[in-house]
Amino acid sequence: MIVLEKRPQPSQTWSMATPVVAVLATMFFGGVLFAALGKNPVEAIMTIFWEPLFGEFSFYYRPQLLIKGAPLVLIAIGLSLGFRAGIWNIGAEGQYIMGAIVGAGVGLAFYPLEAWYIFPLMVIGGALGGWIWAMIPAILKVRFGTNEILVSLMLVYVAEQMLASVSLGLLKNPEGYGFPGSRNLQSWDSAHNAELFVGSGMHWGVVTALIAVIFAYVLLNRHMLGFHIRLTGEAPRAAKFAGVNPARLILFCLGASGVLAGLAGLFEVAGPAGQITIDFNVGYGFTAIIVAFLGRLHPVGIVLAGGVMALTYIGGDIAQSNLGLPSAAIQVFQGMLLFFLLALDLLTNYRIRLASKEVA
Amino acid sequence: MKLTSLLATAALGLGLATAAVAADKTKVGFVYVGPVGDGGWTYEHDQGRKAVVAEFGDKVETVYVENVAEGPDSERVMTQMALDGADLIFTTSFGYMDPTINVAKKFPNVKFEHATGYKRADNVSTYSARFYEGRAVQGTIAGHMTKSNIVGYIGSFPIPEVIRGINSAFIHARKVNPDVEFKIVWAFTWFDPAKEADAAKVLIEQGADVILQHTDSTAPQAAAQAAGNVITFGQASDMSEYAPHPRVSSIIDDWAPYYIARTKAVMDGTWESKDTWDGIGAGMVGIGEISDAVPAEVKAEALAIKDALADGSYHAFTGPIKKQDGSDWLGDGETADDGTLAGMNFYVEGIEGDIPQ
Repeated sequence: MIVLEKRPQPSQTWSMATPVVAVLATMFFGGVLFAALGKNPVEAIMTIFWEPLFGEFSFYYRPQLLIKGAPLVLIAIGLSLGFRAGIWNIGAEGQYIMGAIVGAGVGLAFYPLEAWYIFPLMVIGGALGGWIWAMIPAILKVRFGTNEILVSLMLVYVAEQMLASVSLGLLKNPEGYGFPGSRNLQSWDSAHNAELFVGSGMHWGVVTALIAVIFAYVLLNRHMLGFHIRLTGEAPRAAKFAGVNPARLILFCLGASGVLAGLAGLFEVAGPAGQITIDFNVGYGFTAIIVAFLGRLHPVGIVLAGGVMALTYIGGDIAQSNLGLPSAAIQVFQGMLLFFLLALDLLTNYRIRLASKEVA
Repeated sequence: MKLTSLLATAALGLGLATAAVAADKTKVGFVYVGPVGDGGWTYEHDQGRKAVVAEFGDKVETVYVENVAEGPDSERVMTQMALDGADLIFTTSFGYMDPTINVAKKFPNVKFEHATGYKRADNVSTYSARFYEGRAVQGTIAGHMTKSNIVGYIGSFPIPEVIRGINSAFIHARKVNPDVEFKIVWAFTWFDPAKEADAAKVLIEQGADVILQHTDSTAPQAAAQAAGNVITFGQASDMSEYAPHPRVSSIIDDWAPYYIARTKAVMDGTWESKDTWDGIGAGMVGIGEISDAVPAEVKAEALAIKDALADGSYHAFTGPIKKQDGSDWLGDGETADDGTLAGMNFYVEGIEGDIPQ
């Protein structure tokens, strides 16, 4: 008979091992899924994980990993601060959209002026847009005790409506023949978040993501505020005795994640995406939640997790094109990753015992 | 060690396999915005792809990626197809326009075909269908069939193509029934069964007994079937599983002739960049069979309009037509020019409500 026994302390080993085991389990069961679809499972898994990194065209895919991974890491770093303290910002997608709208709006207000200060102003606008959108659930929670999960999530849909509205109205390209969408910032040097070195994939968003990782690491390990965040999550009662101000913590965590999500939106709209359109957001804000947990809410782990997620997206598209796998199979594959991670997390807090029936 | 050598062997095998296939086949890539099983827009593009395979057999290899988000993801997918040796790539959504142009710059030897856009280059063509011709046929049937005189219209996005369709349907419904009114709901999606079903239900509750849709799922058909006395039209594909009632006819996008012709042009080396905007006459817009739920004389009238549109003796936008604000647009007997139609951003007189801005 199998018995689950609660560990006195969460296991450090399993805490580190579960993400790796989850990835391996996903590979295995994903392979079973692909085999059931009549594809060669080894070839499919190889295409997803090997092809982008070391395949024939890896010179193109490696930079793409940075482009795809940077917004995930940037957003996930912000989310992880709150998640550590038990503050659940589920609405990063909305903050990402608002950052893009405000940042692009600030830039487009100057069109067609060429000046060095336009891009920095857009960056500030992007941060501000995300911050304001995150402050709504933060202030409502502090002031009225509302649930930040619901409020932040609902605000995503509001942000999507705003995005549709500005694409069709305020920011619509006047030279776009009536089609929705803003001007393309890629063709306007002062606002373009171009690659810093051609073909490297490195744009300001990637740089910012790396800086955010370092800051988060220092904050959590070397700073009083970081200690308070960790303490609140791990031992709320102790945190109270230590004099942690919960309101301040909520405002900081939601604010920081809003700023980072907003920045991710701005760098995306000014760089790889180029323009505000109705379908500008592609779910980075939600995927970042998976990335944050896959990375164990640890800055370094999040970088690795962001890389793995980006890999499954890019490799997934290659597998679709080369092997004819349906996109739904790739989505199931990505879903498995979170599923196994959460399931295996049990082993961090519990141990499995094979016990014979005891007589009471 | 063992694993790495295994992986390396597998990689080598893979490389050889792909190299062997690549020899002198024409490779055609398709980038889809929705799932191939959407039963509408993407489904019909994939039917076009299958027609290319059926036509050329071993001489072509087709690849496709579905559910590709507009923006950087689509740019990556197109690049990947070009890197993998595609000779011709069809990008089948308006939002792929700038990414298509970007990728085309990097691969001057690869031909690109972008659906519904307006940006072209030496190796980028654009193509679209005159769906508004089909709307004229629909409008005629709708005007005759409605008893409540309320026609519901599910719009996707307020872009010229959709507005053109609303205007065309309205003009022809009014022509046969001066009391008809249109109620328009904007779903702000091309494909979302839940939202489309909600939109249809709202319209039916407001008294609409004819539902026209410019979204791609069959959810509005199901909603109409549940309501009982409401008729609908298939959109993008025939949706014949809902015939003969509620679906009484349909507009079918038939991309097959175009895809075959363009693939042939690449094979023959005669491909050149151009803008194609074909309608019923060229077979790009098909009218699905008008079912027996429609009285014979209405059916005959609808088919007469279809034939007139097909042979060019009638234009769907023939004056006199005024704009919504009462100003003159087309004089008596005047027909709309393609430029105005392509960027249409106004309703014609008689439609109530505003285009979302």
